[in-house]
Amino acid sequence: MSEAQAKQSKMSVAETTMIEMKNVHKWYGSFHVLKDINLTVNHGERIVVCGPSGSGKSTLIRCINRLEEHQKGQIIVEGTELTNDLKKIEVIRREVGMVFQHFNLFPHLSILENLVLAPIWVRKIPRADAEETAMKYLERVKIPEQAQKYPGQLSGGQQQRVAIARSLCMNPKVMLFDEPTSALDPEMIKEVLDVMIELAEEGMTMICVTHEMGFAKTVANRVIFMDGGEIIEQNEPHEFFENPQHERTQLFLSQILAH
Amino acid sequence: MENQDKQYEPGTHPDMPPPASEVGVYGWVYHNFASSPMNIILTIIAIFIIYITVPPLLSWTIFNAQWTGDTREACKDVTGACWPFINTWRKVIMYYQYPDDQLWRVNLPLGILAVGIAALVIPKVPFKGFITLFMLIGFPVISYFLFVGGSFGLEVIETPKWGGLYLTLVIAIVGIVTSLPIGIVLALGRRSNMPVIKACSVGFIELWRGVPLITVLFMASVMFPLFMPEGVNFDKLLRALVGVSLFSAAYMAEVVRGGLQAIPKGQYEGAMALGLNFPKMMYFIIMPQALKLVIPGIVNTFIGLFKDTTLVLIIGLFDFLGAIQLAGTNPKWLGYNVEGYVFAAFIYWCFCFSMSRYSQHLEKKLHTGH
Repeated sequence: MSEAQAKQSKMSVAETTMIEMKNVHKWYGSFHVLKDINLTVNHGERIVVCGPSGSGKSTLIRCINRLEEHQKGQIIVEGTELTNDLKKIEVIRREVGMVFQHFNLFPHLSILENLVLAPIWVRKIPRADAEETAMKYLERVKIPEQAQKYPGQLSGGQQQRVAIARSLCMNPKVMLFDEPTSALDPEMIKEVLDVMIELAEEGMTMICVTHEMGFAKTVANRVIFMDGGEIIEQNEPHEFFENPQHERTQLFLSQILAH
Repeated sequence: MENQDKQYEPGTHPDMPPPASEVGVYGWVYHNFASSPMNIILTIIAIFIIYITVPPLLSWTIFNAQWTGDTREACKDVTGACWPFINTWRKVIMYYQYPDDQLWRVNLPLGILAVGIAALVIPKVPFKGFITLFMLIGFPVISYFLFVGGSFGLEVIETPKWGGLYLTLVIAIVGIVTSLPIGIVLALGRRSNMPVIKACSVGFIELWRGVPLITVLFMASVMFPLFMPEGVNFDKLLRALVGVSLFSAAYMAEVVRGGLQAIPKGQYEGAMALGLNFPKMMYFIIMPQALKLVIPGIVNTFIGLFKDTTLVLIIGLFDFLGAIQLAGTNPKWLGYNVEGYVFAAFIYWCFCFSMSRYSQHLEKKLHTGH
């Protein structure tokens, strides 16, 4: 047992694999939404997933913390395989932070309460420590003065920054971003992207579903293009944008970069 | 006038006060009573209706009423209400046949209840958590031993002697306090993914909602004992309490379910993504929002329940209204039923209106600007 564990930890250090998806399939009813997904994410990697709407990119990252259930294949996060075992799902969700398109802050709780709730009740951190951490992250996303307000009193950009801070308070090993800027007014997109760029510079493992190609060029070390539930092409950003191989990638890029 | 005509450079236009028709007493009167010809007509009709109804009501209940005395002779030459009727029968209306020398056993818990509720309602009072805990656990236990007796050297008071406003409060409060948690459980059951739990919840809710409360009470008091083995006998009041509680719980379940359906999927996902398990997600995130949304519906059910307690009369329990009716059948006081009913209506209204006001206060307090 201990030998196996030792081997396990040695392997993960050697390969530094964080998330592994092997032959993952998913169906919504009879609709085949993810087809044979194979993806390995290493520690510290920053991956941008793009593709037309309905291509399955959101579903892909939502499978990683089991907001969606896959029906075939394997998803292994930090050595724990996702199954129907609720305990394992909770373990993985503790380590995987997620930021949503519509923020999903809890409107009945103050900003500070939004931030400390999970650390206190899931991580069992004493309230004083949790609040200290929360204030630290609120300062990092540059809105410590909003701690006592409610989400409804903040702008969209501020809410999304709070949502990022809320995820960080759980001290996750990887952050998933599901179109974090799609619901924001144009002048608020930058303040959220700035926070994400800072996070990337600190070495956080990130998987971002986004249409912000500028962000992809600046921070990603791999861009994945999905269409029709498949990973069509993946490459490092410079090659991906300058020299796309697949014609569907070329079409997609020509459409979003045209204007 | 000069101000209005003045031209400003782009970007320098100052904020100006609104026109007189929008603010002040004039604005208020104009907007509320006379903003259009139709509005003016409605205002006049409303004033007329108030004029023909309110003065006679006031003169009957207050100005021409008899307030003192303890026999009906005091009301001989009075054109208004005869309030000595209520005064004479106050003990029956309040406690029915609860023994005179044991009334403290009712009054003490009612006093604690009043103080407890006041402490919970008034925002400044500290230790709300402890007070809530005491009122939900300590208070019912104390009340039970005092009301029923049979221990600590207290004499046993059979429930058929309970009655009046006291009985109404017992049924209403037990019903209110038990129906909400049972309703929440049923609502969660009805939304469950597990088919058996879902079917049971749906079956329970639809069965209880589908029959009139009178039927439930009849079943509880007449049919239920027939199914029990010989010698096993539950108290009639207890059976009525269980009936009323489960009946309102079925209604409550649907109210709570309405709230649950209004919570966006994103709230569940946000909670799950943070690693909260189902009970914690429900307790911290979903239920507080869902219950807040349906405060009007919950209070509506409470108010309905409070007034429905009068139906226990048909299984032979003399609640507040029953006791008043009983007093009206006394040969010495025949013909004073109207006073009794008006008084009953007033007391019911006071309780229900208080609940309504408190719920509005709660809604405002819990509003967080979204």
